[in-house]
Amino acid sequence: MCLVVFTSLSASAAEIICASTTSTENSGLFGYILPMFEKKTGIKVKVVARGTGAAIEMGKRGDADVAFVHAKEQELKAVEEGFFVNRHDVMYNDFVLVGPTDDPAKIKGTKTVADAFKKISAGSLFVSRGDNSGTNTKELSIWKKAGIEPKGQKWYLEVGQGMEKTQRIADEKRAYTLTDRGTWLATKDKDKLAMAIVLEGDPVMFNQYGVMAVNPEKHKHVKSKEAMEFINWLISKEGQQAIASFKYSHGNPLFIPNAK
Amino acid sequence: MDSIIESFSRALYLILHLDRELLGIIVLSLRVSGTALLAATLIGLPFSALLGFKKFPLRGLIISMLNTFMGLPPVVVGLFVYLLLSRSGPFGFLALLYTPTAMIIAQTILAFPIVASLSHSAIVSVDPIIRQASMTLGATPFQISLNVISEARYGIMSAVMAGFGRVMAEVGAILIVGGNIAGFTRVMTTTIALETDKGNFELALALGIILLSISLLINAALHSIQRKGMVANR
Repeated sequence: MCLVVFTSLSASAAEIICASTTSTENSGLFGYILPMFEKKTGIKVKVVARGTGAAIEMGKRGDADVAFVHAKEQELKAVEEGFFVNRHDVMYNDFVLVGPTDDPAKIKGTKTVADAFKKISAGSLFVSRGDNSGTNTKELSIWKKAGIEPKGQKWYLEVGQGMEKTQRIADEKRAYTLTDRGTWLATKDKDKLAMAIVLEGDPVMFNQYGVMAVNPEKHKHVKSKEAMEFINWLISKEGQQAIASFKYSHGNPLFIPNAK
Repeated sequence: MDSIIESFSRALYLILHLDRELLGIIVLSLRVSGTALLAATLIGLPFSALLGFKKFPLRGLIISMLNTFMGLPPVVVGLFVYLLLSRSGPFGFLALLYTPTAMIIAQTILAFPIVASLSHSAIVSVDPIIRQASMTLGATPFQISLNVISEARYGIMSAVMAGFGRVMAEVGAILIVGGNIAGFTRVMTTTIALETDKGNFELALALGIILLSISLLINAALHSIQRKGMVANR
C-alpha cells in the first residue's frame, strides 16, 4: 500500500514525449490506451504525430523520449546506429490495397501486391503518401519488388499528406492507394469513400508496429525511466489487452497485439 | 451546401455548450497569439521609431528587408525555430520545443516585421509640421519622438491589428514547434488542421467560424477605440 502511494506520488508530475505516426493517432488508439497508462503510473504521455520518418528523426535529435512507429527496418537501423534502445514489437495490422469500387485495373483475383502494382502502372492512377512514412516506405519496397520506378511517372501522384487525406485524394482521383487496415476501417464510411479493398493478405503487406526509447547515452536529458515504464506497460499483459480491446464502432479490432 | 449549414449550426452549438477542452484551446490560442503580439509590438515599435527618426547607414536596406519579411512563410519560420530549439540545436538546453513558449517565439518572429514595417510607415507619414512645431517649442529629441508617435498612434494601431490577424490565422509555424499536443500545445488553428485531416469537415469549419468570430470581436473593439480617438481629435 505504502509502495503504491509512494510510486504514484513520485510519478505524478512526469511527462514524456512520444513521437508517433499519424495512422496511430488518427485511429484513436492513443486516446483509448493512454488514459489507462496515465491512471496506473501517473505518467502523462504527450503525443506528437508525424510520419514514421519524421518521428524517428525527432528521436534521433533528442526531441522525444520514446518513438512508437511502424517501419521495422528503419527502426532496427536507428537502434543499430545507437540512437534508440529497448526496441520491442508491440502490435500489428496489415496494409491493404484499395481502389475504385469498380476496379478499373482488374486487380481483384491478383495474388501478389507486386503484380497488382504492375497492373496499376499499366494505365491507372496511384496515389502515394510520398512523405517517408511507414506506409510510404512499405509502398516503395513493393514498387522495387515489382521492378518499377514510379517516381516522376504521370500516373504516380505523390501527395505528401497523412493516410486519411491520401485516401480521400485517391477517391477523388479514382486512383489506387496502399493504406493500413486500421485507418481504412476507421475512415471509409465516415469519409464516404467510393472505394473497396482490391487486394489483401499478401505476407508482404504485414505492418508491424514497434516502440523504442531514445538512447539516454546520446541525449542525457531524456526521461529514460518513464520511457522504459511506458514500453514495459505496452508489452505487458495489461497493455496488450488494452490494445486488443480497442475497437472501432463496427466492432473490428484495429490492431492485433503481438509483443513477445 | 449541407455541410456548410451543418457547420454553422455546429458552431452555434459549440459556442452555447462551451466545454472545458474547447475553452482551453481558445484560451491557449489567445494567450499564445496575444503574448507574441505584445512582444512583437514592444520590440517593433521602438525599432520602427529608430528607423523613422534616425538616419544611419543601411537604413534603406533594413526597411526593404522588413517589408520582405512581412511575407515570411510560416512553415519556414517554424522550421527555423525548430532547428534552433531542438535538443540537437544551439538552444536545445532550454527544453522549449513543444511548449507554448516555442509557439510564442515563432509567432513573434512572424508578427514583428508587420508591426515594425507598418508602424514605420505610419510614423514617416506624420505631417512634418508636428515635428517642426515641437522643435520650435523647445522639445528634446525624445519628446519630439513621443509627439510624432502619438500623432501616428492610429496608424500604429492598424499595424498591431494587422499583426494580430497574422498570428491568429497562422498554423504552419506553431504546428512544427508546438507539436499540436492535445491539452498542451493544441490551439484553434492546429485543431482545425487536425480535424480536417481526420475528415471531420463540419467540426473543422465550425471551429473556423468560432475563430473568426473571436477575431471579429477583438478587431471591432480595437476599431471602436480607434474611431473614438479620431473623433475626439477633431
